[in-house]
Amino acid sequence: MGETFNNVVKKMGIPRLIISTFFVIVWILVFVKDLPAASLFSDSVRRFGMNGILVLAMVPAIHCGIGPNFALPIGIICGILGGLISIQAGVGGLGGFLLAIAIALPISVIVGWLYGIMLNKIKGSEMLVATYTGFAFVSLMSIAWIKLPFTHPEMRWPIGEGLRVTIALESTFGYILDKFLKIEIGTLRIPTGMLLFFAFMCFVMWVFSRTKAGIAMKASGDNPKFALASGINVDNYRILGTIISTSLGAIGYIVYAQSYGFIQLYQAPLMMAFPAVAAILIGGATAKTAKISHVVIGAFLFNGLLTISLPVASSFFSGGNISEVFRMIVQNGIILYALTQVGGGE
Amino acid sequence: MQSEYTLQMKNIQKDYYGNKVLKGVDLEVKPGEIHALLGENGAGKSTLMNILFGMPVIHETGGFQGEVRINGDATLIKSPEEAMKQGIGMVHQEFMLIPDFTIAENIKLNREISKQNIISQTFRRQSLEFLDNKAMNADARKSLDILGMDVGEWVKVAGLPVGHMQFVEIAREIDKEGIKLLVFDEPTAVLAESEADNLIAAMKRLAESGISILFITHRLDEVIDAANNITILRDGELVATLPKEGTNVLQLAELMVGREIEVTQKEEDTINVGSEDVVLEVKNLKVEMPGEEVKGINLNVKRGEILGIAGLAGQGKIGVANGLMGLYPSTGEVKFNGKVLDITNTHEVLENGIAFVSEDRRAVGLLLDSSIEENIMLTTMQVKGTFMKNYGFMRLLDSARVRTHANQMIEDLDIRCTGPLQPTRRLSGGNQQKVCLARALTLEPEILFVSEPTRGIDIGAKKLVLDMLVEKNKNESMTVVVTSSELAELRSVCDRIAIVAEGRLEGILSPNASDADFGLMMSGEYHKYHGTKREDA
Repeated sequence: MGETFNNVVKKMGIPRLIISTFFVIVWILVFVKDLPAASLFSDSVRRFGMNGILVLAMVPAIHCGIGPNFALPIGIICGILGGLISIQAGVGGLGGFLLAIAIALPISVIVGWLYGIMLNKIKGSEMLVATYTGFAFVSLMSIAWIKLPFTHPEMRWPIGEGLRVTIALESTFGYILDKFLKIEIGTLRIPTGMLLFFAFMCFVMWVFSRTKAGIAMKASGDNPKFALASGINVDNYRILGTIISTSLGAIGYIVYAQSYGFIQLYQAPLMMAFPAVAAILIGGATAKTAKISHVVIGAFLFNGLLTISLPVASSFFSGGNISEVFRMIVQNGIILYALTQVGGGE
Repeated sequence: MQSEYTLQMKNIQKDYYGNKVLKGVDLEVKPGEIHALLGENGAGKSTLMNILFGMPVIHETGGFQGEVRINGDATLIKSPEEAMKQGIGMVHQEFMLIPDFTIAENIKLNREISKQNIISQTFRRQSLEFLDNKAMNADARKSLDILGMDVGEWVKVAGLPVGHMQFVEIAREIDKEGIKLLVFDEPTAVLAESEADNLIAAMKRLAESGISILFITHRLDEVIDAANNITILRDGELVATLPKEGTNVLQLAELMVGREIEVTQKEEDTINVGSEDVVLEVKNLKVEMPGEEVKGINLNVKRGEILGIAGLAGQGKIGVANGLMGLYPSTGEVKFNGKVLDITNTHEVLENGIAFVSEDRRAVGLLLDSSIEENIMLTTMQVKGTFMKNYGFMRLLDSARVRTHANQMIEDLDIRCTGPLQPTRRLSGGNQQKVCLARALTLEPEILFVSEPTRGIDIGAKKLVLDMLVEKNKNESMTVVVTSSELAELRSVCDRIAIVAEGRLEGILSPNASDADFGLMMSGEYHKYHGTKREDA
């Protein structure tokens, strides 16, 4: 009995075990407290779909050896730019969504390439540098949002200069994926289109990981010396991984925004890397290994837990921000735990 | 009671997990004596010193048998601190100095002289006292003078030449109170010739002042120059203890390398004297590999031979294969089958059919967390684009082919595993080595470079690995270049053995050349002794 328990712990890892237990307890409490289970479930599925691709963006970064991409805000901002240009162009609906991605991709490729070159110069401290590069980029773009020559009335403040803090997507590509093949039974709502899109992106990533380049990239991250001895140009594959991660960040944000219904500017992207990093780590990834399954499990557990813990917590305590406190503890605690597992070597 | 000996080690035996590394070694050092300790890598020198200093590695692995007497008293030293208290000091091979401190501060580090001040008196804490720089400098000066070092004690260590740093290390040891025995571990390895001469002069001065010196080195002429007595170890056994008078470099070389035991010497008639058909021509190869620098080697590899590369650790033998594969910055002119080969481009070297099994299995040779099959196919897949299959417009991994090939290799090389999906981290050293070999063989190379093929693997696996290299060489006429620290092994499989000393090719010997010649070449004194010149000189 003791041994089987130990094996289970070993296989799942302590953090994932704790989070899963929490997840189960919170769901039990939902029924105990007689909270609206169907709508809570719908909410957590929606948040899972919203964040899925942002979590997926961690995979190429971890594979190529730069570790979890704490500079995800860079990709997110590329996505925002794509979205804004698409709105400015006045294309609505699915066309607007696709245009946003089509514009965001080349931008994120260029930015990711430049950022990848930078990462090659600071090998060994990628995660720390990435965090602050992300922060710096967000701040830089906060200035840009004031100065960029967008003129669409949805975006500009009615008086004064610059873009609004939140830009509604109601009239453009809001909910475009969520509405596709949407399932609605009473209060249970499943955004089928978004889930399909997420699954498609996972599939693309999986296919890539079986190409020659994908395998070379994984070897570069796994053991750079081994990769070099196999004639693999490690630096190039690190750049490639950074580009893919940044691009997935951009696409991920556009998907996130269409489901959320708004694009948020200025400081909003600042902290968005952390939940994504925490999610993939809960899913079972480490700073050196990650699989698609880690993305799916992690995104589901982490987002599910956060969505449901709020109403559960507020049914016990009055005052609403206990859930936010809880989210911070889980998210940062998980990242901290994972970082202590990095390095140290054999 | 004053004993006749500063240090006596009697019948010292030590095993690591059943593997005997010291088989009853005796060592005696008198006061004022310079005693040289000689032996190849792995002869047991370091283990003996670890015992003397009570290093944790000894006591964590079950201690040792035998007796250590210091000044005649049986002593069990359990930690390096105790060794220090007993008056035993070590001059490290790598300098442990703080660059931003002055020479005097480095010498007195952790043994600072201090004077009281108001705060220290108020709180009655010695740690709050001021440093007495004057007294410290004076003390340091005294030690430096003994060594004949005329650099000011107030100079910062940063920027000092290596030779001086070594002297500061020594000064720190002799400044310790009651120092009786100093161990010099390969002290001249990092020094230029004139610096080495200075060091030996200083050692002699120290010995005259009554300190005993244990001198570990592989430079035979230095031994003859400096030592009073010489102890030679080989394979954990005491070969001989000789006084300097009556011995010579040649005898020492022979004793260091010689093996009276069963080593299967390669039969004369199986030696492949070889066609003169040169498959790989290396001219003036220089490799910047830290610790194994190659400083200009010319070498021809003949088609179909097994060439050995031998040499002592740190002399550059490891750098040769690494440089040719482009894993470290290298220059030189290399022709493969008459065609110029760009050795800085690993991909091109591999593509041309030159494969490499690294000496560092875990760090370079394997993806430890990936499966056996992935490890085996990866290099070939990257270099030749095999193991792929078209799926529509995508070219993806052909899992079935990978699996078949891995299973074939597992069977051919007898890799003991739970299956092709087992991560290589969980394999034993020998089986990991077989995976590395399988990966290299998958490339179907024309030349196979293998570095330290038997390091850290058990005897059964050793034989299997060596046999396989010979078989590939014979049956598939694969040219094999083996780099190894185990000379006996090279002599049992190679057709020719190239010996690298101090980053250069000292010479090429037949596997059944005399022990003395091997010993002289490995310590870089063959040509000095025979009055000949290196081919490239």
